[in-house]
Amino acid sequence: MARPIRFLLDGAVRELADIDPTLTVLNLLRYDLRRTGTKEGCAEGDCGACTVVLGELVGKRVRFRAVNACILFAPMLDGRALFTVESLKQDGALHPVQQAMVDNHGSQCGFCTPGFVMSLYAHQREGGATDSQGLKDALAGNLCRCTGYGPILAAGQAMGADAEGPEALASLAAALAAIQPIESLDIAHGGRRFMAPRTTAELAAAVEANPDATILAGGTDVGLWVTKQHRRLDTVISINEVAELREIRDEGDRIVIGAGVRYSDATPILVELHTEFGEMLRRIGGLQVRNLGTICGNIANGSPIGDMPPALIAAAAKLLLRRGAESRTIPLEDYFLAYGKQDRRPGEFVEAVIVPKIGPDRVFRIYKLSKRFDQDISAVCAGISIGVKDDQITDARIAFGGMAATPKRAAACEAALTGQPWTEAAVRGAAEALAQDFQPISDMRASADYRLQAAKNLVLKAFLESTARIRVLDAEAVGHG
Amino acid sequence: MDDAGAALPIGGIVHASIAHDSAEKHVAGEAYYIDDLPEPAGLLHIHVGQSTRAHARILRLDLSAVEAAPGVVRVLSASDVPGRNDISPIAGDDPMFPDRTVRYVGQPLFAVAAESLPKARAAAALAKVEYEDLPAYLTLEAAKAAGELIEDSQTMRLGDAPGAIAAAPHSLSGRLAIGGQDHFYLEGQVALAVPGEDGDLHVWSSTQNPTETQHLIARCLGERDHAIVVEVRRMGGAFGGKETQSVHYAAIAALAAKITGRPAKCRLDRDDDMVMTGKRHAFVTGWRVGFDDAGKLLGAAFELSSRCGHSADLSVAINDRAMFHSDNGYALQAAEIVSHRMRTNTVSDTAFRGFGGPQGMMGIERAMDAIAWSLRKDPLDVRLANLYGVSGDQTPYGQVVTDSVSLELMTELEASSDYRARRAAIEAWNAENPWLKRGLALTPVKFGISFTANHLNQAGALVHVYTDGSIHLNHGGTEMGQGLNVKVAQVVADVFQVPLSAVKISATRTDKVPNTSATAASSGSDLNGMAAQNAAQQIKARLVDFAAKEFDCAAATVIFGPDGVTAGETKLTFTELVRRAYFARTSLSATGYYRTPEIHYDRARHHGRPFYYYAFGAACSEVVIDTLTGENKVTRVDILHDCGRSLNPAVDAGQIEGGFIQGMGWLTTEELVFDDKGALRTHAPSTYKIPAAGDRPDAFHLKLWDRGENTVETIHRSKAVGEPPLMLAISVFSALTDAVASVAGHKHMPNLDAPATPERILAAIDDIRRRANHV
Repeated sequence: MARPIRFLLDGAVRELADIDPTLTVLNLLRYDLRRTGTKEGCAEGDCGACTVVLGELVGKRVRFRAVNACILFAPMLDGRALFTVESLKQDGALHPVQQAMVDNHGSQCGFCTPGFVMSLYAHQREGGATDSQGLKDALAGNLCRCTGYGPILAAGQAMGADAEGPEALASLAAALAAIQPIESLDIAHGGRRFMAPRTTAELAAAVEANPDATILAGGTDVGLWVTKQHRRLDTVISINEVAELREIRDEGDRIVIGAGVRYSDATPILVELHTEFGEMLRRIGGLQVRNLGTICGNIANGSPIGDMPPALIAAAAKLLLRRGAESRTIPLEDYFLAYGKQDRRPGEFVEAVIVPKIGPDRVFRIYKLSKRFDQDISAVCAGISIGVKDDQITDARIAFGGMAATPKRAAACEAALTGQPWTEAAVRGAAEALAQDFQPISDMRASADYRLQAAKNLVLKAFLESTARIRVLDAEAVGHG
Repeated sequence: MDDAGAALPIGGIVHASIAHDSAEKHVAGEAYYIDDLPEPAGLLHIHVGQSTRAHARILRLDLSAVEAAPGVVRVLSASDVPGRNDISPIAGDDPMFPDRTVRYVGQPLFAVAAESLPKARAAAALAKVEYEDLPAYLTLEAAKAAGELIEDSQTMRLGDAPGAIAAAPHSLSGRLAIGGQDHFYLEGQVALAVPGEDGDLHVWSSTQNPTETQHLIARCLGERDHAIVVEVRRMGGAFGGKETQSVHYAAIAALAAKITGRPAKCRLDRDDDMVMTGKRHAFVTGWRVGFDDAGKLLGAAFELSSRCGHSADLSVAINDRAMFHSDNGYALQAAEIVSHRMRTNTVSDTAFRGFGGPQGMMGIERAMDAIAWSLRKDPLDVRLANLYGVSGDQTPYGQVVTDSVSLELMTELEASSDYRARRAAIEAWNAENPWLKRGLALTPVKFGISFTANHLNQAGALVHVYTDGSIHLNHGGTEMGQGLNVKVAQVVADVFQVPLSAVKISATRTDKVPNTSATAASSGSDLNGMAAQNAAQQIKARLVDFAAKEFDCAAATVIFGPDGVTAGETKLTFTELVRRAYFARTSLSATGYYRTPEIHYDRARHHGRPFYYYAFGAACSEVVIDTLTGENKVTRVDILHDCGRSLNPAVDAGQIEGGFIQGMGWLTTEELVFDDKGALRTHAPSTYKIPAAGDRPDAFHLKLWDRGENTVETIHRSKAVGEPPLMLAISVFSALTDAVASVAGHKHMPNLDAPATPERILAAIDDIRRRANHV
């Protein structure tokens, strides 16, 4: 008999055996464990009402991550500690985060409140910044329709630092260490199977043996196949427990980001690669999504509106694919063949993305246009990398998302720029070539006209920003406190 | 009450900032919403099968495969409705399940009751429906062209507006399209029906309107009202979206429970909720104004057209309220307001915070900006010159505005927001910045308070005093997060001069207080606060009588104070008095009642006094836009709002800030997109973008007006606050318009419609540049 899923809840070890492997943690909590404090607001990871916190052992340290329970499959709890809004009160007294919410009138209808409490709790335990921007980033994945957010942000400023002593943390770490699995998870239920290999080799074998399996990383996309499209996933192979795939390596002239690396873990090194990545990553999903979602998952699923591919293509990234013992490396842009079709062969999986360092002689810009600034899906996304030497454009790599059925390079625009002088007139002229590169569609996010017009303007904006300071939405440009 | 109230001083409790009564439960996950209640044994879960056509005849509805699917207990469709197949509040035009034609994509067509929700959903997909398409009018323009109306167009007149405009030294006109809005309450529609004896039903519904839910369920089931009890402890947000829209799903759950004899729950997931339930009306407003050299209005004409959806729902009153608010805070001098209510093959649009008022105000605010820029004046000066109390007091519907405080509010806000200096700074900044442009606007709100359907302006309450001195409070209002319950509890605690913790707030139930109005029109505290006060005062009067006899003193010397009760020379605790009164056989329970005085309205003439009083506020917003992408950001907001003598300043501040941000969402990021088949494409938070924390500017200065005091006798001279602040966000839209206008030196009026998405802003910039280059 397969071993059960083992996790910590309120200090006690819980075991789950014989469960539907695509049961969400939200439904597990609400309907099986009768812990109804965690709410369903959207079942797609966009509103944060279901926010719970996972405690995960990283080395000897426990990392606290806010995640969306609505799109988290129960087997992903394996080896972790789960905290819900019911976990926080101690001896009948509210936790300081909860008390701060009460004191600052942070709840009105109360339905989103448990999610906000848990996001603030994770932020406090991780020692996150409690200035306005720090809190807004931590809470971007939580929607409130009543308060207007001011009272909740005030609660975040008032909640104080984590008051848990080092003994409590050490004992949590020890309890987590005690449930770290040795054996890979492999559960079957009602004709469904969930495997979580623990080495790359084991993973490669599993994928090769089950070429039709759904490969699961953070589940921020795959989760929606179940909760929104109501699809039945017969075989799921999780890459999350493969330690090697959670690594980021700096190889001097390039960095290698493993397939299991979450956005939130990749942020520091990508910001180091180029500051432009910082703002892009900050605006991908909410923190709950970035705490689960992976850079490579955003590539592997082949969405035409994934936020990472345009920037990474502009950065000349390559994709490392693996089947069994074989590996191959392709330019990232070549992975996207057509809408819904990628260059991933049966039995193959994405192992890593390799990103070259960006030289100081390049103008490198990333843009994302969306209706809402934070936590939205892009209407147009641009990655722009232009080599400039002696006021002449030496070469250009420009890629867009949202402009075609796949993330795509703007070949005509790149050619039109190359060899031109680095002037507004030349850039304006070359941007017109985007009309040859793209025939975008109209949908609920934007019209074709807007997409094309804005795309041209973004190329111009890259020029303007690199020659004068116009970044619009910076507070400093606005000049108000 | 929780401990939050216990430590507070008893005296002065009605104007104190007290936490929401459920705050400690909210933050601990201990506040129960309907889906959190322990599920009764044998519970059935309901999934609702929907129309996939915007307008079609149903040729065949074959549900046999649905019935045969695993776990299905019962499938319900039109022929299963034993009573009247109608869930409409007024017009009788909204079937629970249609039997002949479907009228919008998403219309409930049948329901599956099964052992689990996944089984019900999977079964519903097996339905075989054959349709014959009929002409579908998906936009208000299409409906207008086809003459599809839910009622005759309405006209409201003051003097001769066309003549006044024609004779005016200057005139301007324009057209503005205003999008709808989804409520996006975090808790979707949900109801749980449990059968009892005699075929009775107890229904827990997330509704603003328990009485109408009760009445409509009874009517659908062919039962008397007394057989149905509807209960609501709290909603996870509502905003008008649970005034009528909740009834449908409560009625479906009730029907399933009635027919199967088993408890039944109907809970919509987010996508189904957004597709199936009504929204704020989209409008197109044509405006025309005549004015003098100083920018003072001489006449104004508005032609309002709204998308009402496939049925009337509350559209008549909503469009009336749009007409009532076409003047916002300004004396129009002469006015002609025409309103067309279009029947479209889209979901029936419904109540949403402001109830047509916000859309009504948009035209005159656009006109104010246009007048100012045409005269090279600051829009604030044009607004100030036209305010009620400055340039007149006659509304277009016969009511005289006697209580306007707009001038005081706006003048104070002008100073506190440093408006003039910032206006100059922005002009200078815009002159130096070709790519980024800033905009600024200071706009007023005047909002009429009362239901315009006169009979709704009544309320009831039930108060019991127990012999240990604790008090049970029940009233007809419902709690949707707005803090109504804590306010009413404050009122009752004040009557008896007891700590708030002595007053128990209880779920709203139709068997405790009957025949209630929806908690809507911002009226919750006004009506229910008065009714509860009336009930408490009756009991207090009996206690006074008893004490006067018992202690042989004049009734006037019986005083309830924070330290207890004094009766002549005797001092005793409230509990002791209550206990002694009980032994002397005194009734300690009372029903309270209130009806709003003085209001009347002749709808045929659109004339009368529909509003008991007006609520006022003003906001100043500053924005920045990127002229290359249309991206925009609100960078500073200053608000000054009149809550009268606020019952609870903390709760009121929450309503103001929350209302403002919700209004900002309506006018900026929230866009409803229907495809050419009539299907809503923005039906989840991934595609429909309400404001997030990052959209709230750090510079957000909110103040309740400290001189506020209602001129009419409302509960403790407070003012309604639920809806009015939403319209403060028109300042954001006006500021964005200002920023776009600055691209062409304010020489042309931007064609900026709402919501002002990046796409609309960029299009408006390109359009105004084109026009500027052609002059």
